[in-house]
Amino acid sequence: MTATTSKAPTLPASRGPISEAVLSALRGEAPELPVLADASPYGEDLQLALYCCYELHYRGFQEVDTGLEWDPALLVVRAELERIFLNALRADVPAGSDVEGELEELLVEHVDAFGVSHHLRRDGRLWQLREYVAHRSLYHLKEADPQSFVIPRLDGPPKAALVTVQHDEYGAGDPERTHSKLFADMMTELGLSNAYGTYVDSAPAEMLAEVNFMSLCGLHRALRGALIGQFATVELTSSPGSDRLVKAMRRLGCGPVAIDFYAEHVEADAVHEQLIRREVITPLLRAEPELAPDIVFGIRSSVFLADRLEKYLFHHWNRGESSFRERAGRA
Amino acid sequence: MAENPRRVIVTGEGPILVYGPVDVEMPDGTRVLSERAVTALCTCGRSRRRPFCDTSHRRRVRDTEGKENRS
Repeated sequence: MTATTSKAPTLPASRGPISEAVLSALRGEAPELPVLADASPYGEDLQLALYCCYELHYRGFQEVDTGLEWDPALLVVRAELERIFLNALRADVPAGSDVEGELEELLVEHVDAFGVSHHLRRDGRLWQLREYVAHRSLYHLKEADPQSFVIPRLDGPPKAALVTVQHDEYGAGDPERTHSKLFADMMTELGLSNAYGTYVDSAPAEMLAEVNFMSLCGLHRALRGALIGQFATVELTSSPGSDRLVKAMRRLGCGPVAIDFYAEHVEADAVHEQLIRREVITPLLRAEPELAPDIVFGIRSSVFLADRLEKYLFHHWNRGESSFRERAGRA
Repeated sequence: MAENPRRVIVTGEGPILVYGPVDVEMPDGTRVLSERAVTALCTCGRSRRRPFCDTSHRRRVRDTEGKENRS
């Protein structure tokens, strides 16, 4: 068996029969497949199982056979989990095809909106900021990677423009400036571990679902429109949110390395927004107008899943309690 | 030797996009370098990261009163 490098994370703890079956398959055992019919689409068990299936395509796990990435039995399970997740999103998110209208709405700054970044800017506590960063690390330590899967599924101008954005995400040739490295450095300065996968066990299903949605859309050519919608949502909403987090960190007395990550995103994403709208989406829709409903689906699903995570965080923070899953009595 | 003219997009709604690295001279003579493949230069004057765009040109809406606020 070919094991991945020692830098790969260890396997997380299971959260129910589905994730346990996937984890035991990854350990090389031959598990009994659980009944998936009643699985909760956004639940801890299904989302962790899906997350573990996808991680085989990124960094893998310590002592897990790299060949399992294309194991037919695991792929059958993954396809079923994806079907359940996707069906739930299609049911929960209203369909539409007015891409321009969706983007316009994302570009409006709602002065009295109150999300996690608003809270952290105004009166959030340092431990809440640290928890937020720990949760977000599930994406940002592989920032831009899920979206890179879409590159070979594009052609011509949209492909060139998307790669321009990715080039920036990957530090424009400087490994010290890759956004995942800036995030890792911020984690260190905030006293968090920057080792890939450290905070998977503490992250709620709501966070796993956000990352799973990116992987799902990135890995399926049929969902490339949705991936572009997801990417656009992040790039269009990131600048003002990052600016609020810069202010939150200054208010909380965080160091310059921590501030650098979000400060970089204020400026970078102001450019990325323009490129995604003008140079990716416009020519893509001109060439493939039938992708419009999927782009809208990607936008609305991203907003829907991001809202679920914010609700989860506020649910716990408003009670003065940690949003880490360990709170439930796990190690 | 002939060089392709630099591509510049005047968005009309906000920044001017300039392709390639830029060396920007500010009114007080200071120079700001951007090595991004594309740089967004603020034209609305509201950016707090001038000369670069920080999306401050965006339309601002107060939902509770349903009124627009462009300040």
